Amino acid sequence: MKTYLPLVIVLALASAYGFWWKRKQGAIRSHKAIPGHRLSPEVLGEALGSRATMVQFSSAFCTPCRATHALLSQMVTSMNDVKHVQIDAESHLELVRELDIRSTPTTIFINKDGVEVGRAAGTPKREQVLAALAAIN
Amino acid sequence: MSEVLDKPEVQKIYIDARGPRFSASITAIVLATALVTQNKWILVAQGLVFLIGATRGPQFTPYGLIFKNVVKPRLNKVAPTEDVRPPKFAQAVGFGFALVAAIGAFAGIDALFTVAVGFALAAAFLNAAFNYCLGCEMYLMLVRLKSK
Repeated sequence: MKTYLPLVIVLALASAYGFWWKRKQGAIRSHKAIPGHRLSPEVLGEALGSRATMVQFSSAFCTPCRATHALLSQMVTSMNDVKHVQIDAESHLELVRELDIRSTPTTIFINKDGVEVGRAAGTPKREQVLAALAAIN
Repeated sequence: MSEVLDKPEVQKIYIDARGPRFSASITAIVLATALVTQNKWILVAQGLVFLIGATRGPQFTPYGLIFKNVVKPRLNKVAPTEDVRPPKFAQAVGFGFALVAAIGAFAGIDALFTVAVGFALAAAFLNAAFNYCLGCEMYLMLVRLKSK
């Protein structure tokens, strides 16, 4: 007995979700910040950047984490007031819950006081990162 | 701050990143056939492929071998590489869905078969068409739920 209806439903729903997912990958969103939350140098294990820090949450089962790490660490080499810190999400679950991080890579952009100004899930584009950093003083 | 990621004992194996996406395309076609024909044996065969991918690695499945021996020689020699763990995780998720679908089929619960095959197909299709990373979206949420 052949039935095409389930196939059509699955492909339609998966395509709709796929386009939505693809569009939000790497987009830097500013409304996800947890009010009142601050990332301190003690929590990060190192000093914050004098203007901004990009805190990247990664995991072992994540292909774009490597590309994101390569992009961000390469970008900060030419910026003396911005730092890039990578955190293994799985071994910092408390922090992951506090910040409500759901997928990897998620990069949190914080200012010199450790306050989140934006975050990106997935690998952001170079221009998106530059724009997000330019908005932090 | 990334102790687990950099652990030397976590042996890092890198494979041709185009392989898992090729395999996902074949998987999607096979699962779509299983869904349309409601044939449980096609699903069982795909379940075995998932099992090999989840335990030995996606490069050792029949689809991975077709990629290596037939497709790869015809592609650009400069291959993008990726860590083997994300696609291996996706194979394990696929095996989970296949297992549920098989239980549904052999217990005579057709709806369970259809829904589980549907989810496995959605995941394979997303990987093939959108380069979707299942481990990125699911793994952290699974760990968060498990350790509550």
